[in-house]
Amino acid sequence: MNIVEEIEKKQIKKDVPSFKVGDTIKVLSKIIEGGKERLQAFEGIVIKRQGHKWRETFTVRKIVMGIGVEKILPIYSPAIDSIQVIKSGKVNRAKLYYLRKLIGSAATHIEEDAKN
Amino acid sequence: MMLGYKKGMTQIYLDNGDLAPVTIVEAGPCFVSQVKEKSIQVGFGKTKHVNKPKSGHLKELKLKHLKEFKVSKPEEYKIGQEINVEFFKIGDIVKVRGKSIGKGFAGTVKRWHFTRGPMSHGSKHHRLPGSIGAGTTPGRVEKGTRMSGRMGNRFITVKGLKILRIDKDNNIVMISGAVPGSNNNLLEIYKQ
Repeated sequence: MNIVEEIEKKQIKKDVPSFKVGDTIKVLSKIIEGGKERLQAFEGIVIKRQGHKWRETFTVRKIVMGIGVEKILPIYSPAIDSIQVIKSGKVNRAKLYYLRKLIGSAATHIEEDAKN
Repeated sequence: MMLGYKKGMTQIYLDNGDLAPVTIVEAGPCFVSQVKEKSIQVGFGKTKHVNKPKSGHLKELKLKHLKEFKVSKPEEYKIGQEINVEFFKIGDIVKVRGKSIGKGFAGTVKRWHFTRGPMSHGSKHHRLPGSIGAGTTPGRVEKGTRMSGRMGNRFITVKGLKILRIDKDNNIVMISGAVPGSNNNLLEIYKQ
């Protein structure tokens, strides 16, 4: 293994929980405001996992006051404090783009995965 | 000032979560091979074969590349002294000099970013340079007119790069952004 690959491998954090598309997760990200650091929570459905190795990102979607909000975050970013899996969902797609078109409870409801 | 090999480019996460492009450089250890009045000569790189004139100059040191650097106080250095990555600190602004990748005989579109003509609709003016000057007055081609020719394979200096990480055990420094040349290219790194 050459030195470049070794450095890339070191970026991958080992304490990240395994989650998949369709899961409902809570992400705590570090935010620096006025010199102070605090944690901001963002809870929603994972609609996409993209990229590979240390470059992998995921997209979390939630509805805030009737408006859809999506956050794209790198999985191994040092700005992410922790990821909690709240509910695992069963879906038939790798990318849940169809949720963007849905209105009401259909946009947030995903069948629970019985296996987990 | 140090010598090193370019090892490749990748991305690393900074503490605030930003993903930064970096060049990985194997810098040093370099050894001082000669001390002059206003400069020092520094050598870098392992080699098995040192020819007789070079071994007479270097004595026990076995170095592949030699390069002279101007320093303000050469009396502070002695022959055989090691210069390693601890020469740099994280956050230092550096400039990097190295030979760029040779592009061969290149046209004006590639070499000087000329716009090309239409490729179709009967056009025959695809990648031609166009006019190179006026007629009877001045009656010659102006000096410095941009034309086709050899491109690349010359020394380029990139200024204002930042040291982001230092790995002392492996003699690795990570420099923000890109540096000249292909992988395993010899680089000169100066503090700015």
